[in-house]
Amino acid sequence: MELVAFVILTTMALVSGLVVIRHRNKVVAALALAGNLVSIAGFYLLINAQFLALLQIIVYAGAIMVLILFVIMLLNLPDESRRPGVGGIQGVLGVLLAVAFVVILGMALYNATEGSSFPAATGEFGTVESVGVTLFTNFFYAFEAISLLLVVAMIGAVLLAKRRL
Amino acid sequence: MGPQHYLLVSAILFALGVIGVLTRRGAIMILMSVELMLNAANLAFITFSRLHDQPDGQIFAFFIMTLAAAEAAVGLAIVIALFRLRETTEVDELNLMKW
Repeated sequence: MELVAFVILTTMALVSGLVVIRHRNKVVAALALAGNLVSIAGFYLLINAQFLALLQIIVYAGAIMVLILFVIMLLNLPDESRRPGVGGIQGVLGVLLAVAFVVILGMALYNATEGSSFPAATGEFGTVESVGVTLFTNFFYAFEAISLLLVVAMIGAVLLAKRRL
Repeated sequence: MGPQHYLLVSAILFALGVIGVLTRRGAIMILMSVELMLNAANLAFITFSRLHDQPDGQIFAFFIMTLAAAEAAVGLAIVIALFRLRETTEVDELNLMKW
């Protein structure tokens, strides 16, 4: 059962990821990214992180994707032009280096976790309670700092998008 | 399914994001590829969180989500300002500071 879900989610994640980086139409790519985010939320559910899965759907697939889609449709951008240059040597080199990167990273991660398996689920892991208690005790100052960052980002976005500075 | 499978998926998704950043030329597409990479990192964080049965990795993922929201807001504001100024968002046409 878990294997079936994992295979489906992996296929969904990889296919939608490919569509995101290859499709010329930005709206299609954005919708594929939303699908990718939902499939990653599925992965979170598979490893018992329910709260983060919910957050992923609400914040990522909901808020951030709507923001991106909104800007794409607002600007009414044309499809990406096909000119040589980026598609040439840089594209080939980029793909080669990314493949080398995934081989190296995959080997490192595989060696680091070889033979290990997930501990038995406790029922405590991934609940709002366990995440929230840690967030508001051990990570309290980081939480305050990140709220400051959100305020700064909000002011910056308003200022940048204003017609006259 | 062991943790290495989840980590492998995360590595592949991250590499897809890298390819997107390196080969796409639309600024919005590059932003979306960055989101892909942030999500791959999140998946690795939560996998390790589950592996060690501690909530810390989930907290980091939570912070990355917040960061991604801030990044998307500022990045898209820059794209809008850019489009208003230059009528394009393709990054290889924006070479004013290059030479």
